[in-house]
Amino acid sequence: MLDSLWNNRIPAAAVLLFAVGFTTLLLHRNLLKKIIGLNIMDTAAYLFLASLGYIAGRKPPIITDGNTDPAAYANPLPAGLVLTGIVVSVSVTALMLALTLRLYRRYHTLDLDKIYMMARDEQEDET
Amino acid sequence: MSFAANLPLFSIVACLICAALSSLLREKAAAWVTRILALAVAAAAAAVLVLALKTGQTTTYRMGHYPHPWGNELRFGILEPLFSGVFALVLLACTVGGSRELVRDISRSKRSLYYVMCDLLLATLLALLYTNDVFTGYVFIEICTIASCGILMIRRIGRTTLAAVRYMIFSLIGSGLFLIGVVFLYAQTGHLLMPNLKAAIAEIWASGQSRTPLMIAICLMTLGLCIKSGLFPFHYWMPDTYGYATPCSSGILSGLVSKGYIFLLIKLILNVFGRDVFYASGIQNVLYLLGVVGMVVGSVSAMRENDIFRMVAFSSAAQIGYIYMGIGLSPELGILASLFHILTHAITKPLLFLSASGLVTASGGDKRFRALLGAAHRNPGAGFAFAVGSLSMIGLPLTMGFIAKYLFAFAAFRENLRLVPTLLALAVSTVLNAYYFTRTLIRIFNTRDLQPTAPVRLRSQPHFALAAALLIGANLSLGILAQPLITLLRKGLAMVL
Repeated sequence: MLDSLWNNRIPAAAVLLFAVGFTTLLLHRNLLKKIIGLNIMDTAAYLFLASLGYIAGRKPPIITDGNTDPAAYANPLPAGLVLTGIVVSVSVTALMLALTLRLYRRYHTLDLDKIYMMARDEQEDET
Repeated sequence: MSFAANLPLFSIVACLICAALSSLLREKAAAWVTRILALAVAAAAAAVLVLALKTGQTTTYRMGHYPHPWGNELRFGILEPLFSGVFALVLLACTVGGSRELVRDISRSKRSLYYVMCDLLLATLLALLYTNDVFTGYVFIEICTIASCGILMIRRIGRTTLAAVRYMIFSLIGSGLFLIGVVFLYAQTGHLLMPNLKAAIAEIWASGQSRTPLMIAICLMTLGLCIKSGLFPFHYWMPDTYGYATPCSSGILSGLVSKGYIFLLIKLILNVFGRDVFYASGIQNVLYLLGVVGMVVGSVSAMRENDIFRMVAFSSAAQIGYIYMGIGLSPELGILASLFHILTHAITKPLLFLSASGLVTASGGDKRFRALLGAAHRNPGAGFAFAVGSLSMIGLPLTMGFIAKYLFAFAAFRENLRLVPTLLALAVSTVLNAYYFTRTLIRIFNTRDLQPTAPVRLRSQPHFALAAALLIGANLSLGILAQPLITLLRKGLAMVL
């Protein structure tokens, strides 16, 4: 049991991190912490992905000494995927931050529950 | 390879280029770019459809001619061009029909950006339909999230920002789950292209070992897409999102965006997980159950709403339930019915949102039913369009809604155990649909205490008239002559397998 956990330590750590991020994004009331949770969640996936490209004893996939034999290098594909993923997460984070800023300017709080209450009161005033 | 095989990639790239260009243009020019783009995409889709019908098999389009398993590919048969054509035309109808509300809801400096988002959304929908690579699927899911949030939050009212935050949180949870599912699948198989993945998954399944990790990956990806498309119990963002967005956005978000995710899920089931593995896993039973419950709960929530937009939004939750019920029911006839219902809902829901907005505007901007008494007499065009949309939602003959329900029932008759629950769910949901849509129709066509006002003529709202004519025409013609469409869908499904 412990042995197999040790052998799968990277996926296990990734799942743990993912769970931390996921619950923070889902359950935390503070919008900024939700965004942090989002980033932890995505980073967990990227860490796992990056670890998949590592092959013990091989060099990073950058040709420096003229050796073009693919067997000498680690798998470059996951790194490419991680880069793409990072770009995606940066844009999503920026968008969430912009939305948070807009909400903060209007309601002067980052607590999502309080914002809901205020929005409901506003609506009742209108009707 | 014939020239038409290039068209799917060209359409995606054209959408992206137009999106970049439109950000420099003025509002009017950007609007025309979007309209012409949507028409061009639909024309290209028609050409690809003709190609697929002629060759009778799917075409795999390798980008940069890298062979598997390294390259990135597009793959298309009959279904992909058919859906992209319909989606492009519905997007056109939404942006044209909602253009008056866009002017009302969005500040002048932001309006050209709205069309940028529409172009981007079209690009992502096309990519979700055509892609043959799951990681590309993930990237475009996220771009789709950003673009849909854009068309939602561009209306600057306090509640829309809040609705956008809620929508984003649900969407991000969904795409996060999808991403980790993709990574798990990659870790187990070493592939990202759909055909390679399918072969590897079939091999793992047949070996009987390490089925659990495989199932976890499949569950995570399915769950992610379910959350994003708003299956019960993940549908609580829907009423706020569709209820407070500008009507054009509501139409696009409910009619197209959620359908893009469902189409991707169907594609994953057929091309990645494999029918045999997916329908042996038991996930389909969960989807079936949630779909059935969603059909009833969505309708009950819609019934209790006092706001016409929120009612139509909750009815979307019920319709998504129908689609998932079909997916859960059976791999051939069930998915066929779901595909038909995707088209039905994509054509009907934008019509309802656009016409409801016409009714609300004619009633002084109040969305509550009290204010809408007799609204159809104040705006007869919108009243007629809303009536057609409602009848299609209820499922009256001559409309697409009827054919969709018929196909669901037809699929259910091939099942022994699930025959009775499916028919019961269809019956209950139809009665509830009929109840709240007929109630709304009676209210808007009410003549009691009607103040004599000059009705809004169709001539004074040509944009809405054009969009409504397109959507009503499509609904009725496909409802009356459904057989060619069903044959196409059936051929397309056979081609994928």
